Formats: sequence, C-alpha cells, structure tokens
Amino acid sequence: MTTELFVQYLFAGITYGSIYAIVAIGFNIIYNTTGIINFAQGEFVMLGGMISVSLLPYMPLPLAIGLAVLITMVVGALIEIVFIRWLTSPSVLRMIIITIGISILTREAAVHIWGDNIRSLPYFAGNEITTIGVLGARISPQVLWVVGVCGVMVCTLHLFFKTTSVGREMRACAANRTAAILCGINPRNMVTLSFVLSAGMGALAGCVMSPITYTQYDIGTGLAIKGFTVAILGGLGNSGGAVAAGLLLGIIEAFSVSVVPLAFKDAISIAILLLILFVRPHGLFGSGEAARLKAF
Amino acid sequence: MVKNSILKKCNHEKGKGMKQMVSKVMMGAAALSLMLAPAAWAENIKVGAILAVTGPASFLGGPEARTLEMIVADINAKGGINGNPVELIIKDSAANPEKAVSFAKQLIEEDKVLAIIGPSTSGETMQIKKIAEDAKTPLLSCAAAEVIVDPVASYVFKTPQKDSDAVKMIYKEMNKLGLVNVAVLADNTGFGKAGAEQLAKIAPEFGIKIVEKESYDTKDSDLTAPVAKIKANKEVQAIINWSVAPAQSIVVKNVRQAGWNVPIFQSHGFGNIKFVEVAGAAAEGVIFPAGRLLIAADLPADNPQKELLTQYKKNYEAKYKENVSTFGGHAYDAMVILEAAVKVGGNDRAKVRAAIEGLQNLPGTAGVFSFSAQDHNGLTIDAFQMMTVKDGKFVAYNGTGK
Repeated sequence: MTTELFVQYLFAGITYGSIYAIVAIGFNIIYNTTGIINFAQGEFVMLGGMISVSLLPYMPLPLAIGLAVLITMVVGALIEIVFIRWLTSPSVLRMIIITIGISILTREAAVHIWGDNIRSLPYFAGNEITTIGVLGARISPQVLWVVGVCGVMVCTLHLFFKTTSVGREMRACAANRTAAILCGINPRNMVTLSFVLSAGMGALAGCVMSPITYTQYDIGTGLAIKGFTVAILGGLGNSGGAVAAGLLLGIIEAFSVSVVPLAFKDAISIAILLLILFVRPHGLFGSGEAARLKAF
Repeated sequence: MVKNSILKKCNHEKGKGMKQMVSKVMMGAAALSLMLAPAAWAENIKVGAILAVTGPASFLGGPEARTLEMIVADINAKGGINGNPVELIIKDSAANPEKAVSFAKQLIEEDKVLAIIGPSTSGETMQIKKIAEDAKTPLLSCAAAEVIVDPVASYVFKTPQKDSDAVKMIYKEMNKLGLVNVAVLADNTGFGKAGAEQLAKIAPEFGIKIVEKESYDTKDSDLTAPVAKIKANKEVQAIINWSVAPAQSIVVKNVRQAGWNVPIFQSHGFGNIKFVEVAGAAAEGVIFPAGRLLIAADLPADNPQKELLTQYKKNYEAKYKENVSTFGGHAYDAMVILEAAVKVGGNDRAKVRAAIEGLQNLPGTAGVFSFSAQDHNGLTIDAFQMMTVKDGKFVAYNGTGK
C-alpha cells in the first residue's frame, strides 16, 4: 500500500469516525443522566441538517447553523418534557420503547415537512471539487471542518463537565441520583439539560457533515446504529472512550475496503459490536466493575 | 355473471363433500351477488399501483405516484376511458419486496384491479412477476432491469428503457473517446446488480475491459475509501457508476475530491436534477444516457415526443412545484399505455394484455413504444440520448466531453 493510499484511507476513516463519535457521545450524555439509551439520537443529527438547509435562503450560513442548533435543542427539551419528564421511575425497557417511538415520530414528521428529497448545505470553504493535498492524498476541506468541529465539541464538553458547576451537577446525578437530590440538585432539570445538550451536539454534527453526506429524512436510523456500536465499543457513558472507539471503527471500516468488498463494510461494524458484546460487554475502555453496578 | 362465477368458485372450493354447507353458501353467494351487481355495472376501471412513495427509493416512487394522480385526474376530467372513470389505488411499498408481494396479492384478490402499475424498483418487480403472471393480471413495471421482460412473461411489461441499450450507448461513446479500461461501481439494489451484470456481459462486444468492480449500499454516505482504492489502479481510464440512489452523487463528488479528473459515465438512473444539485460542481461533465424528457424544450419541433414531453413537464412542474424527472415519466408511460389498451380491450384483463402487445408507435416520455409478443418493453436504443451536465443543467451531449 502506498503512503498516498494509506493517508487517503486514514482520512476517510477519521471522517466517518468523528461523526460516529459525536452520535455516540450524544448517547452517552443522556445515558449518564438517565440510564437509558435514546434511540432518537440520530434524528437530532437529521433535524440539524434539515433545519439549517431550510433556513439558509433567509440568512448567512453561520447564522443558519446556529439557529438550527438552537431549534433542535428546543426540540430536544420539548421531547424530554412531553414524553419523559412526567414518568416516575419507568423501567428501562419502557424508556427504550418510548425513545424508539420518538425516533419514528420525528422521522415521519420530517418526511411530511421536508418531503423525501435529499438536501445538503453548501461547502463551508470552496465547493464540491475543491481539494487540498495532504502527503500526496487529496481531501476535501470539509473533512477538516468535520474533524475540527467534532474535536472542539468534545473538548468543550469535557471542560463543561469538569469545570462548570452545572456540569458537575450533571455528573453528580450520573454518579448517584439520590445523593445528588440530597445535595439540592434537581435531577429532572439535569435530564432535560442532557437532552438539550445531546440534541445540540447532534444538530451541529448534522450541519457540518451535511455537505459531505447529504441529509434526508431517514438518515437518523443508520447513524444511531453506528453511534450505538461505538458507544458500546467505547464503554457506555465514557465519552473519551467514544471518541477513541469512533475513530477506531471509522478507520477499520475505511481500511476494510482494501481487503474485502465494500458491501461488507456494515457487516464488519456489526460483527465488531457482537464480538464486543460477547467478550467485553463493558466496552474496550469501560470499567467492568462499574458496569456491573448499573441497572442497564 | 358475477353470480355464476361466485357459484363456480364456491362449487370448486367446497366440492369435496360438506354438501349441507354448499346450499347455505350458495344462498349467501346469491345474496352477495345482488349487492355486488350494481358496482359491476358502473364499470369503474380499477388500476392498482405499487410504488415506493417513501423509503430509500422515494425519489422514484414519489414522482411516480404524483404523476399517476395527476394524469388519472386528467383522464377522469375528460370523462374517463370509453366513458368509464378510472379508480386509482396507490399502495406505498417503501421499496420493500415483502410489502410489494402482499400489496400485489391484495390488489389482485381483494380490489380485483384491472392492471397494476409499478413497482418502482427492479427487486420488487421480480418478486411479483410470477404473482401477476399466475393471476393473469397485467403488470406495467416502472423499474428498469431487463430481467423483468427477459424472459417474457405474457402479462408483465415495463416502461423504462432497457439496461442493455443504456450499456451499449455508454460503450459506444467510450469507443469513440478511445477508453478501454473501466472501473464499474454499482449500488446493491436490483437495478445496480442487473446493470453491473449487463456491463460485464456486453463489455467484450465493444472491446471494453472491466478492471475494477465495487458495489456500495444505497445508504452509504461517504465513498472516499473505495474511490481511493480504484484510483490506485493506474489502468483505470473511466468510471461507470450504476445506481438509482443518492449515493451516486456521492461517488461523483468523492472522485473529484480525490483530485481525479477521470471521465465519469452514469446510468439512466442519474436522470433526476436533484442528483446534480447535490453533487454541485462535481456533476459537471458527467455523461449518461437518458430519455428525452430532460431536454424537452431543446428538442426539434418535428420530434414525435416533443409535444407530450413539454406538456407533461409543464403540468407536473406547475402542479407540484418540483422538477420533473424521468422516473415520474415511467409511471406516465404506464398509464398512457394502459389507457390506449383499455380503449381497445375494454375492462378485461386478458383483452387489455393482448391490446398492449398490439400497440404501435405510441409516443411516451421514455421513447416511442411499439410492443409485440416478444418485446414487452416496446422501446429501441433510439429511446436514449446521451446527455451531460453543463452549468448545473442537463444538456444533450455533443461528443466533445465538454
């Protein structure tokens, strides 16, 4: 394999990988505060892309993206308030079914609002055929945007959880809900906030990836499956692990093309998911001890 | 008549004994036939349609369903066919072959339709080909794969142009440009698979060599890696991409992003301006064969299709505020063919089938149809025109590559 080809595969892998990582982190944020997997996570990505495309004719690109992220955050908050907040100690299974329902509902709403056409935002820099050379390989500048924005998001999120008081309160709810209540934290607000945060992250990822991957009303499901795989692979609730696992899966997928036919790409990621579930159910980077203490 | 047929059916089903039941069933059937009779006299021409209105092939089924609704409303506004109104029943299969099968059975057995238009995709059509044939119900598929009408099933027709003709058009052009070694990319739908097969089968005839081959999922959102793999093969002189999915625009984009200025040929599945819009500048110069609908306004006035094409384009775009695509045209053709056949054969499945085989020189959106007992597609290679993309629009290809 030449260096050129190696770098080309590597960048393709990093691009897929950062998108998977963002979706996985969205899963993790909600999992940490509620203990459930929100299967509507992929729909937030779709909404971000769709809303920004709709807003674009009326305002400049950065504003359209900002507003789309805000609107998706509001949608995330509404979903939590309407469907989840009023449930008192629901079972894990019930919560999962509810989020799957929300995912289907959002998708159907999207097909009625936007129709079945594919849409995309314009490239942030240059156009569809602009490329830059990296070590002999050619990549689109948008790839750097995706990787950069995802990186900044992960760092900001990390700082938010480590340094701000709201971030610490959210972590407190994740660690021990009862103890958090005793300290005067309202866990219900923290749950709403976690939906808002993951909706916002998903939407922003949906905007930056839209020029590369296009947006359609039903892209959410595929992303949710990949994101879920990555979240499990990295250890549920572990955001650093999600980033590493996301990049790993993306790069494995990209390089697999050189060995097996392209058609097996998805089979590989599902095989990895199954393998992890059998061998290390707490994920590559998760703690087995901590996983045993959790309900799900 | 209805009463007789029901009695026959009852006798047939219950004939293995249970004589007491028979008389009761017969009485019930007699009562039922009284209720059914008036409906039969009104002679609604029932046309079923199985289309992928939602799901991964919605860009086919969506325009097809909207086209059918528009043209059936038109026919009924003009007093129907032979004075009988057309009743259109559209079923959304979401491109799912299992759903297509159950809808086909439902339309044939419960709704007792005269004919079925669709399905939108080749995979679905192949699943219900035998069902339509066994039930002796004319099926006018809007899907492209050649296997639908080869071998010929007496009740199964299709309106899109032949895959093999599209392949021949592309190979002819490649011969002119002196391109020999080609990489073939195809999606994993029935259309993509059938296209890849035809490309491989016809290649030796034109001295073309397929040196790389990949198939991708319709839902793939980035194909940089396979494009890199193909690019690494220095033999490749051109790319042929065979797909009906949005992923075909991604292929084009990823090739250009790899800084690779190789000629790209697409199938007739590229005939939706949406694919050009999302591929943007990368779509410029893509060469593909397609029906003349896309360049209706530029056709010479003596073209037999011109009037119909411009009319359809105008009406569709005024009504639905979206660009017309060749896919909607396939449903249009199916309905035009059915209308012409019902005018001859009346509301009778077998007579309509025979009438379709007799249709000659009927202009449609895909070309001028002339059917026969051996040819259930009715189109020749002339139905295609090589096109390219210039400044974000489809234009006739003039052979210079620019």
